[in-house]
Amino acid sequence: MTSTPHVALPDGRGHFGEFGGKYVPETLMPALAELEAAYHEALADGEFRTNLEHLLRTYAGRPTPITYAARLSAHLAAAQGGRGPKVYLKREDLAHTGAHKINAALAQALLAKRMGKPRIIAETGAGQHGVATATACALLGLECVVYMGAEDVRRQSLNVFRMKLLGAEVRSVDAGSRTLKDAINEAIRDWVTNIRTTYYLIGSVVGPHPYPEMVREFQSVIGREARAQMLDTEGRLPTVAVACVGGGSNAMGLFAPLLDDPVRLVGVEAAGEGLEARHAATLSKGRPGVLHGARSYLLQDEWGQVIEAHSISAGLDYPGVGPEHSWLKVTERAEYGSVTDTQALAGFQLLCETEGIIPALESSHAIAYLPEVVKGLGPDDIVLVNLSGRGDKDMGTVAVALGITL
Amino acid sequence: MTDRIAAMFARTRAEARPALIPFVPGGWPEIDATIEIARAAVEGGADALELGIPFSDPLADGVTNQQAYQQALALGVTLATVLDAVRAIRASGITIPLLLMGYSNTLFSYGLPRFVRDATEAGVDGLVIVDLPPEEAGELEALARAVGMHLIYLLAPTSTHNRIAAVAAHASGFIYCVSVTGVTGARTALSDDLPAFLGRVREQTSVPLAVGFGISQPEHVQAIGAVADAAIVGGAFVQVVGAASRDGRAEAVRAFVAAMRGLETTRAGG
Repeated sequence: MTSTPHVALPDGRGHFGEFGGKYVPETLMPALAELEAAYHEALADGEFRTNLEHLLRTYAGRPTPITYAARLSAHLAAAQGGRGPKVYLKREDLAHTGAHKINAALAQALLAKRMGKPRIIAETGAGQHGVATATACALLGLECVVYMGAEDVRRQSLNVFRMKLLGAEVRSVDAGSRTLKDAINEAIRDWVTNIRTTYYLIGSVVGPHPYPEMVREFQSVIGREARAQMLDTEGRLPTVAVACVGGGSNAMGLFAPLLDDPVRLVGVEAAGEGLEARHAATLSKGRPGVLHGARSYLLQDEWGQVIEAHSISAGLDYPGVGPEHSWLKVTERAEYGSVTDTQALAGFQLLCETEGIIPALESSHAIAYLPEVVKGLGPDDIVLVNLSGRGDKDMGTVAVALGITL
Repeated sequence: MTDRIAAMFARTRAEARPALIPFVPGGWPEIDATIEIARAAVEGGADALELGIPFSDPLADGVTNQQAYQQALALGVTLATVLDAVRAIRASGITIPLLLMGYSNTLFSYGLPRFVRDATEAGVDGLVIVDLPPEEAGELEALARAVGMHLIYLLAPTSTHNRIAAVAAHASGFIYCVSVTGVTGARTALSDDLPAFLGRVREQTSVPLAVGFGISQPEHVQAIGAVADAAIVGGAFVQVVGAASRDGRAEAVRAFVAAMRGLETTRAGG
């Protein structure tokens, strides 16, 4: 933890130190400027904020509660002689559509409507952001096209069906690794082509400026709520805040309102089959590079070609990471660990059995890392975990991984 | 070094025609194919050659270039391979301007100072880095300028008045004007908005203007001659190279370039 105040970033050019920026084709530059202006106007407009807060409260189910995980806490303490912290869960799994993704989807869809853009495009990995976007578009009467890697279409077929029910067109992407990064490439190609009518609704704190800042802001409702709820419930802030990191939007949403507090911040990446095998642990094993419009840590070979990521969790299966996470890593304001597919599955089962909550495989990574987090912590400490989504969508994947035929 | 790009425009302007610049990924369709393609393109009348640096995530490229890049990467083509191709072209005595086009990460990964040094030594005259607008190009621009290499920026039909001014202030060699609001790849017709777009650019700069993306017909090149200084032919040229057998490729390339130049009426491969 640091006592140095976190400087308000990004700077005017969208940089977090050496990270971030606008590494995009020229065609997009005017659109990014237009978006930046519209975003700041919207934030300054009381009516926009009132509309958004109303939707989040009456439609998305906010605020989501925090839950004291008594049996999980006891389980973790048992492994270190009965001494351990109190573990709380921030329940984004209870938000409408089943994950935190709805926060930024509703906000950006409102922004698109305000900008007069009738057509929304989005990328999705696990399908949660695609479902959230399709939901927001159905609610607000916007046309919706979702790009999804063919591999993800296969392993997240339930979410594909949900998106279609919600009126979205799902376009399967066959290029490259057929996962999230290729879906983003294809969405950007669509945006370049249809820029005058189309809003690109990015689902994480990635992409060119102003997306990392904007999505962080729209997800910060998680951390603002959790901060107040901790103070209400325990009279103090948590010792540690933990979240999984793929692109990193749920983690930034939790971390951002805590950056200036004496709270240890821990991000958990997907180590897939292991850090020396196929994985998605960008901050742990990558090096800085440029992908999808921003400079950040990146899984790449010695020639700068992007390496395909792997994780059992489609939502973490991404070779890049939001630029602010790279900044938090190099400034040591946050620390980043990783857990394997196998460990994540164990975390998944642990939460099911101790708390009666079926977590998303993404969030299971944060749960699985808790034994590391709680080391040395005692009963006076509090650990707050962002339970970013629920696991209904992962039933097929988990059954296969556990060798069960449904 | 001598400014081959300026010399090219001096010549084509004197001849009252647009310069013709074919584009092909380096090290493709075979890792050693580029020198043969370059020779044939020069024979056909190419005024410069643009070599693509293959990248795993070419988000400004259409399907034709994406597939060529993927094939090149599968062959093991790297930035070093492309620089080797440039050396081979120079060693064969070809003196037309050679440009590299690609994405910034391959350059960052190689190291910018090392890249500019090696590219200069190999004989590269200019760079077109599609995801590196002037705002992010400071270090590369300074390095390139110091050795007389042109860092060529792009403008698009969506570019505003202020944006054109900002890019024009950094322009070097020429400005690459993207003909369409979209990705690379052959199209059957030029955009109706092209003359107006080029007019807006021309109002603010005297730097030569090249038009690229979507150019596939000799008539396109001819039409561009009325409003700009060069035509860059990417997707259509890549298709000709990709469709030919290795034995027939040199003639297909030569004939296509000659046809695009308007030197021959029959289109090869068409």
